[in-house]
Amino acid sequence: MTTEAYRGPLPVKQPESDFYWERAQAHELWLRRCNACERAYFYPRDFCPNCGSRDVSWIQASGRGTLHTFAIVHRAPVPAFRDHVPFVVAMVDLEEGPRIPTNLTGVEPAPEHIQVGMAVEVAFADVTDEITLPVFRPA
Amino acid sequence: MTNTSKAAAIVGVAESDEIGLVPHKSALAHHAEAAHNALEDAGLTRNDVDGLLTAGYVNYDLADYLGIAPRYTDTTTVGGASFVIHVGHAVNAIANGLCEVALITHGQAGRSSRIPIPRDPNLPSAMYEMPYGMIGMPINYSMAATRYMHQYGEDRARQAMAEIAVSTRKWAQLNPKAMMRDPMTFDDYHNSRWIAWPFHLLDCCLVTDAGAAIVVTTPERARSLPKPPVWVLGHAEHHDHAGITTMPDLTSTPARVTGPAALGMAGVTHGDIDLTMIYDSFTYTVLVTLESLGYCGPGEGPDFVAGQRTAPGGGFPLNTSGGGLSYTHPGMYGIFPVVEAVRQLRAECGDRQAPDVSLALVNGTGGALSATGTIVLGVE
Repeated sequence: MTTEAYRGPLPVKQPESDFYWERAQAHELWLRRCNACERAYFYPRDFCPNCGSRDVSWIQASGRGTLHTFAIVHRAPVPAFRDHVPFVVAMVDLEEGPRIPTNLTGVEPAPEHIQVGMAVEVAFADVTDEITLPVFRPA
Repeated sequence: MTNTSKAAAIVGVAESDEIGLVPHKSALAHHAEAAHNALEDAGLTRNDVDGLLTAGYVNYDLADYLGIAPRYTDTTTVGGASFVIHVGHAVNAIANGLCEVALITHGQAGRSSRIPIPRDPNLPSAMYEMPYGMIGMPINYSMAATRYMHQYGEDRARQAMAEIAVSTRKWAQLNPKAMMRDPMTFDDYHNSRWIAWPFHLLDCCLVTDAGAAIVVTTPERARSLPKPPVWVLGHAEHHDHAGITTMPDLTSTPARVTGPAALGMAGVTHGDIDLTMIYDSFTYTVLVTLESLGYCGPGEGPDFVAGQRTAPGGGFPLNTSGGGLSYTHPGMYGIFPVVEAVRQLRAECGDRQAPDVSLALVNGTGGALSATGTIVLGVE
């Protein structure tokens, strides 16, 4: 997607999330998964927030999910988004279990065009040379 | 657990000298004015204070400005819920002899601050949410409201949000300190512009400059002061997530824990409460909090608030100051509903006085529906 105009806040990568952002740059969505309770989770950290185990690994997500909720932003929260309103902020329930924050793209930003529960799939927005944001579009 | 019901009392409350649009006062000036005014309300002075609780500042910065050197200090900071939780912490400290006169202060130049206070970009909630434009509470809370609409019906939720906006404005019209006192019709609500769908402008709280303070002390000292003590009968605190995207259930706040716990400590039930003060950052916050506190079941909030039941004369006095929606909201509003509850319990509220208030419940919510504090207050 064309994202030359992106001037919003960029993620300040942390050591425990470097891998996540590296893979996003390669247009892959990766999740942390707990080997003890066998649940994937978001956001990445080196222990499982569900059971507390430190025995965790990385898995590549399918990129498929359903829309958990959304909102349509009409008033830009900071000046960087003034040229982008209206746009859709959303949470997606991934097939693997975790819920992740995102933008819904490829859809009219109007409530009659967006349904909670609709099938969505990951896309990748290369917002800078360093950062790619996983976004979602109708599947 | 020790039951600290009635182990301490609120003896003084106040706002800063001017609230609303106050470009000529700093946040710390609001703290200091409110502290001065609340101590005066209590019949105490700064020299009596030996406990200091606040949020938004590191305590030594605030204490330095006020010229106070406390022996008990608490900077619990969980957004706007903090100050309600501070009341419980003050009670615990007093019950354990850690201090005798606890001062809780708040101050924010939310509208006029000369420099914005950024969210720490190192935090996960910032790293994963802000790049998508999830910045500021209207956008965060609106996503929760959409989920509620999906589960319980968009039209029902919309009507409930409108009822809350309109009824709260009616209370504000009775409060000389309220910023928004013009009448609001249902059409005004439905026609107001979108901020973040499903939130209209009139679903959202104000952005103001204001401060407030609360003085808490021992039962013995409270009985020696000029005004009747307002007893802290129950208090509870809870948080279960940070950013909105890690909230376990967007239609249930931590009030599902703090409501029953505070009522249980007080030994009373919902039906005993004469006045309810719920932090109304957004209309949806009130809707979901009424359900979470247990006043009604999940999805039943729209029936509970129907027909302007929460307006003056409506039978369920709610947010009688005019709330964050129409009275004032400087950022972390949670101290102001405590101030109003104390005034109602003392029957000091003039035109907006609710009838026969002897038990009040206050619920503060902080962050992205992340934390709540609930207290039950009463007079003899």
